[in-house]
Amino acid sequence: MKIVMAIIKPFKLEEVRDALTSLGVHGLTVTEVKGYGRQKGHTEIYRGAEYAVSFLPKLKIEVAVASELVGKVIDAITTAAKTGQIGDGKIFVFPIEQAVRIRTGERDTDAL
Amino acid sequence: MTFSKPFKTALGGLALAALTGAAAFAADAPVPNKGDTAWMLISTALVLMMSVPGLALFYGGLVRTKNMLSIMAQVFTIVALVAILWIAYGYSMAFTNGGGLNDYVGGFSKAFLMGITPDSTAATFSNGVVIPELVYMAFQMTFACITPALIIGAIAERVRFSALIVFVVLWVTLIYFPIAHMVWYWAGPDALATAAKALADAADDAAKAAAQAQLDAVMADAGMVFQWGALDFAGGTVVHINAGIAGMVGALMIGKRTGYGKELMAPHSLTMTMIGAALLWVGWFGFNAGSNLEANGTTALAFVNTFVATAAAALSWLFVEWIAKGKPSLLGLVSGAVAGLVAITPACGYVGPMGAIVLGLLAGAVCFFFCSTVKNTFGYDDSLDVFGVHCVGGILGALATGVLVSKGLGGTGLADYTSSPGTLVEGAYSMSAQVWTQGKAVLLTLVWSGVGSAILYKVVDLVIGLRVPVEQEREGLDIASHGERAYNY
Repeated sequence: MKIVMAIIKPFKLEEVRDALTSLGVHGLTVTEVKGYGRQKGHTEIYRGAEYAVSFLPKLKIEVAVASELVGKVIDAITTAAKTGQIGDGKIFVFPIEQAVRIRTGERDTDAL
Repeated sequence: MTFSKPFKTALGGLALAALTGAAAFAADAPVPNKGDTAWMLISTALVLMMSVPGLALFYGGLVRTKNMLSIMAQVFTIVALVAILWIAYGYSMAFTNGGGLNDYVGGFSKAFLMGITPDSTAATFSNGVVIPELVYMAFQMTFACITPALIIGAIAERVRFSALIVFVVLWVTLIYFPIAHMVWYWAGPDALATAAKALADAADDAAKAAAQAQLDAVMADAGMVFQWGALDFAGGTVVHINAGIAGMVGALMIGKRTGYGKELMAPHSLTMTMIGAALLWVGWFGFNAGSNLEANGTTALAFVNTFVATAAAALSWLFVEWIAKGKPSLLGLVSGAVAGLVAITPACGYVGPMGAIVLGLLAGAVCFFFCSTVKNTFGYDDSLDVFGVHCVGGILGALATGVLVSKGLGGTGLADYTSSPGTLVEGAYSMSAQVWTQGKAVLLTLVWSGVGSAILYKVVDLVIGLRVPVEQEREGLDIASHGERAYNY
């Protein structure tokens, strides 16, 4: 089992969700996050005050999948979230030690 | 101020009787017109709407989320507090004869509205036209309520609530009420007409001398700045320069916000700021057009000027900022609108609509310059630009009134109530002299309010402490001072 964590552009969420659903992924956790990478930030001006806003709003999605699905999930997210511009985001993959479905007590891949 | 009012008070004494409410002449005294009364009641409510919710939303949107409620609580408290003070002694200090101190301040003869009944009347700017004194008192009350509320923008996000309340009580008592008296208190056109008529009718030298003395006394029954002949239709000096310089002094004395210049202090909701600015614009029709005290052509002139000067200033700031900073911003647009409203305030009943547009265009550009370049150069933390918009816009408007009142520039010219008693005729006008008079009124306000406010801030700081501790400032005044938060999502 793996966690696939992706930082994506906020407006790409629906496309990513559709792509994952078509792969048979049934669950997804989304968090609103801020950060910076190569995209850097932008400048905001309020009357005389100029602020360099270096943290941009992004979405962090986390999806837990069986290990054999990881390659397809990465491909699906990469395809769906890509615009070709700087700031499209990144994907990280982590191993999962255990998984439990709270309602039934099912374990590991059954719980995904 | 119209220039063609029929002379309704032919017999000497009638007008004075009306002003003093003497029952013996009541049958012939001018009575309030229902239309005028209705308009003034509506104007009064419109001006209240400027402070709550208008100003509260305009300022509130400009602060950070953690300080939103502190702004709303401060504005609302000040309005409620000053309303009570106004009834208790403020109206009397501003709009009665102060005896030996009459140049500077009124007396206490109408404290707690003593002697004012629903039948009492107050003078307007037209001979033979009066409105109920209660309406006049309430209309002026809304001005007293909003002026100290303007100040808080300069010391926002760090002022201690209790210190602010004490400061406001002292400030309206020692600064606002006297300045309102100096600029706006006068005996009214009917009193002048009666005295001037008596002088014209005087048969022999002794009677002439007596009548002249009486006319002099009536003309002296006015605040000092009014006697100078300074023009301030709706409160450029009394409200905006007064609050603007008090804010600037406050910003300097209380110090910068913790993290100023290093941390992000962007407005938390420009949506609310826009709603607030729009409410200010609508309410300002009551403020400016209502300041004519009756419903006539001059009222309509002030109304139109309030419309177009604001539009011009909004566009002016928008385009200047677009050129200077690269983007046309909503905040720039609404800041320009408020700057235009401030600048047209002293001028609105004296200048023509084209003059108002010129004044608006100037106000947008000049106030933008002060809120960006000047503020950044000197590095003071006038948090919500009370100085850059209200003081600078007020000074610009006050001085420009002296120029644009000229008939040659589409203005109304000056009013003369005495040379043809009972009829308002055009007085002698010299542009340089009028601008100098305007300048004197500006300087007096800057010094009186600037020095006076500095003393009051210092006293309050020593006794209570103007500023919250830095950890409370970090936490935000909503939680630290008021125990609640603006948004619970």
